[in-house]
Amino acid sequence: MRKSDQFLFFTAFIGILFVLMLLSSRLGQEAANAGLRERARLARELMLTDLCLFTEARYTRHPSMADLHSAFQDHPFSLEHFPSGSFISPPARYER
Amino acid sequence: MIISLNRHRNIIDFALSSLMRRKMKNFSLLAVYTLIVFVIASLLFFVHALKREAALVLADSPDMVVQRLMAGRQDLIPAAYAEKIRSIPGVSTVTPRLWGYYYDPIFGANYTLMVPAKPTIEPGSILVGAEVSRNQRVGVGDMVAFRTSAHTPLLLTVKGIYPAASNLVAADLIIMSAADFQAMFNFPETLATDLAVTVANPREQATIAAKVVEALPDARPILKSEILRTYDSIFDWRGGMMVVILSAAVLSFVIFAWDKATGLSAEERREIGILKSIGWETADVLFLKFWEGIAISLSAFLLGGILAYGHVFFFSATLFEHALKGWAVLYPRFRLVPAVDGFHLTVLFFLTVLPYTAATIVPAWLAATTDPDAAMRS
Repeated sequence: MRKSDQFLFFTAFIGILFVLMLLSSRLGQEAANAGLRERARLARELMLTDLCLFTEARYTRHPSMADLHSAFQDHPFSLEHFPSGSFISPPARYER
Repeated sequence: MIISLNRHRNIIDFALSSLMRRKMKNFSLLAVYTLIVFVIASLLFFVHALKREAALVLADSPDMVVQRLMAGRQDLIPAAYAEKIRSIPGVSTVTPRLWGYYYDPIFGANYTLMVPAKPTIEPGSILVGAEVSRNQRVGVGDMVAFRTSAHTPLLLTVKGIYPAASNLVAADLIIMSAADFQAMFNFPETLATDLAVTVANPREQATIAAKVVEALPDARPILKSEILRTYDSIFDWRGGMMVVILSAAVLSFVIFAWDKATGLSAEERREIGILKSIGWETADVLFLKFWEGIAISLSAFLLGGILAYGHVFFFSATLFEHALKGWAVLYPRFRLVPAVDGFHLTVLFFLTVLPYTAATIVPAWLAATTDPDAAMRS
């Protein structure tokens, strides 16, 4: 087989895989949404306000309930101690 | 049509042979290129899926949470505040929430303790998240010893464990009765952590929040829209670690493009001169370089995208785990619902494939338009 044909077949193969990946993200939604609905039900019943992403500090565990200057607890421009603090922006109303 | 196709197949044959002559260089280039696309795509997939999940899961969170501020910090709120808020027209329900944190000195983990709004659990029993059960090595029916604020042990029986599929909301949760919660923290019965407020008309939320502050000057209402916005701005590109990852990736692309755009090697220049002298047209040389660029950049884009999808949605973004875990002992392992934003992929395509291909063609065009004899001698 010519090199060009090998290349075109390979590109077509990974191109199809790529398209299937995009399609599977849409087709798999229904099955995955059952789990999502269960999480939403739990959040509604327990009246949860935050996702459990970072458990290292109280203001990263519940960023929406945190003190006004969190994640910059000590003052607005202080260096962040916890790594996950660098993923969380200050509340929108304090952004400049 | 067939002639044109055959012409391109011949050019691709030559382009691949040309790439294979510098096998080591081009394979390492493809590997690094794929790695960069993989990192950026993983980040885009992860952040998009997480934001989508947050928006859907927290869509039914309380319309408003009212906290009490004391000396600039959140303080416990008197249950009597609930009556005042309930009397505001437009407020449907006000539910005191009892919740807090417990640091386990043995395992070094932080747990979130919570009392459900409806008394679904009897005193002496608890429901725990999957990660709490794993961390404490306990199953249903086992007893767990907690240390109360008076440093006396409190023994509670595990009545149920939330499935791992609920980790994104419940990994570190311990659900207990109000009596156990109050006994654990010596928590006064007349106080609550905060108040969850339901508003009949969602459009009145801001007005009711203003009325709450007017009636209770030390109260701090947090609207559902603010809760959702918190998760919309999480993993913002301006965040510390995001800037580091994105700037490293962008710099790598600049180095690639710079390497290509600063010109061809003497060997490549001589090759173009020879091709021109044996009858290749400038357009053929440009197609040759176009296919060389596409072979590297398109393959890297597709492979990087597929690997990133597998990494995020099948392997729970394990490479990001250490960064996300931070100093925490308890890390929620969760699988996100696959969701890919077409816009993000298009931007990634235009940022990765096009600049590299253009940077491959432009210097070749400059060399191809010069005299073949001069190109061969240079």
